[in-house]
Amino acid sequence: MEPVLQAKGIQKYYGSVCAIEHIDFEIYPGEVVALLGDNGAGKSTFIKILSGVVKQNHGQILIDGKPVQFASPMEARRFGVETVYQDLALAPDLDVTANIFLGREILRGGLLGRLGFLDKREMRGQVAGRLDQLKVSIKSVAQIVSELSGGQRQAVSIVRAASWGRKLVIMDEPTAALGVEESAKVLDLIKQVKARGIPVLLVTHTLPYAFDVADRIVVLRLGRSVADLRADATDTNEVVQWITGSKTVDRIAELQGHRG
Amino acid sequence: MDNIDGRVQTEDSQNVPAAPRAKSRAWLKRLGDFWTLGILVIILAVFGILQPSFLSVSNWFNTTTYMTETLLLAIGETYVIITAGIDLSVGAVEGLAGIVAALVMVALEPHGATFAMIAGTLAGMLTGVLFGLLNGLVITAMKVTPFIVTLGTMGIATGLTFILSGGTDVVNLPNQLSNIGNATVLGVFSFPTFVTVLCLIAAGIILYQTRFGRYVYAIGSNAEAARRAGIPVNRNLIKVYTLSGAIAALSGILLLTRFATGSPLTGTNDELNAIAAVVIGGTSLFGGRGTIVGTLIGAAIISVLITGLVILSVQPYWQTVAIGVIIILAVWIDQFRHRMA
Repeated sequence: MEPVLQAKGIQKYYGSVCAIEHIDFEIYPGEVVALLGDNGAGKSTFIKILSGVVKQNHGQILIDGKPVQFASPMEARRFGVETVYQDLALAPDLDVTANIFLGREILRGGLLGRLGFLDKREMRGQVAGRLDQLKVSIKSVAQIVSELSGGQRQAVSIVRAASWGRKLVIMDEPTAALGVEESAKVLDLIKQVKARGIPVLLVTHTLPYAFDVADRIVVLRLGRSVADLRADATDTNEVVQWITGSKTVDRIAELQGHRG
Repeated sequence: MDNIDGRVQTEDSQNVPAAPRAKSRAWLKRLGDFWTLGILVIILAVFGILQPSFLSVSNWFNTTTYMTETLLLAIGETYVIITAGIDLSVGAVEGLAGIVAALVMVALEPHGATFAMIAGTLAGMLTGVLFGLLNGLVITAMKVTPFIVTLGTMGIATGLTFILSGGTDVVNLPNQLSNIGNATVLGVFSFPTFVTVLCLIAAGIILYQTRFGRYVYAIGSNAEAARRAGIPVNRNLIKVYTLSGAIAALSGILLLTRFATGSPLTGTNDELNAIAAVVIGGTSLFGGRGTIVGTLIGAAIISVLITGLVILSVQPYWQTVAIGVIIILAVWIDQFRHRMA
């Protein structure tokens, strides 16, 4: 199977500071990958590159095997890569539907549409359908976002991303500001997104969450991708060792050398 | 290492006291939507009791026509304030556009009164559009705050008004102008009121039904989110300020039809009444929320208050006192609601 998105030999410098030395990454259709790493490992720079916010100095991003360049977040989105930002990026005074369709409003047909008239009913209908599909419980699609709880807001952000992210949905610490119960709901939502075949790249600090939803765990350390592990073939201990650097690529090579 | 080691958050602040707070919020919201209408009714009742002629037909014409001055500016200002901006230049632009229109009309009258009036109107509107455009461009391209930019253009417009008019009234406007201004439309509206009603309806429909209106709210609610969603924030802001300038110009031209004289003092301090009307009407100075209906109520409160005080023969100096009190009250409620939300 071909990876839906692939990053090869990504390198990023800020001036003379090396944020990412070398990252290889790939994600397959319907897969949830957890991206782990200590602070400064390069996680946020890497997802900024994938979402078109910053540009890499070296390396290539391929979508469906074809090389692409993201000049801006808008362009990344045109290729079907959506990001759920940590700070949500919702308009709190607008309702759920308006937020999910923000910047992608559906207009009415005919002359009214050409004058810029919104097809509110169509948009509400579609949003109701999506909330239903993803099993998100929000009282009304016309509810104002500022009236929602933190978890519900996160759900709106995720539904928005999942609605438009054909290729990849990136989530940057989606549970960071949430309590246990709401975090569990967000994890359920990620599973629903996965069930619909949309790949998810989840950045998190919380290992149990990663093990809960991820098929694969990719560990970054000091700007390099150091480990790519199947979630069901590893454990917290091993992942922590990779994250902290007590287990390294070189040591393995050493061990293998000893054996051989 | 402890920040990666299976950290589980135990605090659960999000969903404990939700129910009672939600209730008080809904109550506040309803209060915010309707308290102004209640105040308007109370003011009407008080004036009606104190002076029955206040509720007469002729005072209806007086008050609604007087109201157009504030209301037109307030319509543009509503859009601007919903984007979390402010336009202090509307009163000055209203005055300048009126003077420009009057001068063009006087100059061209020998070529025919109708032609002169149309050309004057266009020249006045163009003035408003250009000033709005200037505001929008400086705010977005030079990233100066709207308060300062429009304070500057207010000064520029005021100065140009006096330079062009030489500080005196522009007289000898076409006679037909006052025929238009004093015409009655549909039996209940003066001509300026009728034009204002049309603008009001159009502004409401655009704000609630079109994508542009949606973007106005989105930009005011969270400009960064709007930008990330691919909304051309700057272009829409320029549109909003241009609209505000254009509608201010329209107001200045309508004033010409009422008085058939172009006064360089027209529009002085009108921006304050307009901003007051918008804020009283529940539009948040923080941006993101506001309604045209609210602005209508706000403008009505101000206008009824002023004409009512005049009818009661209260010293006119009390007018600004009354409006001042209402503005502070309205902003206080706005902040209170903002904190609760």
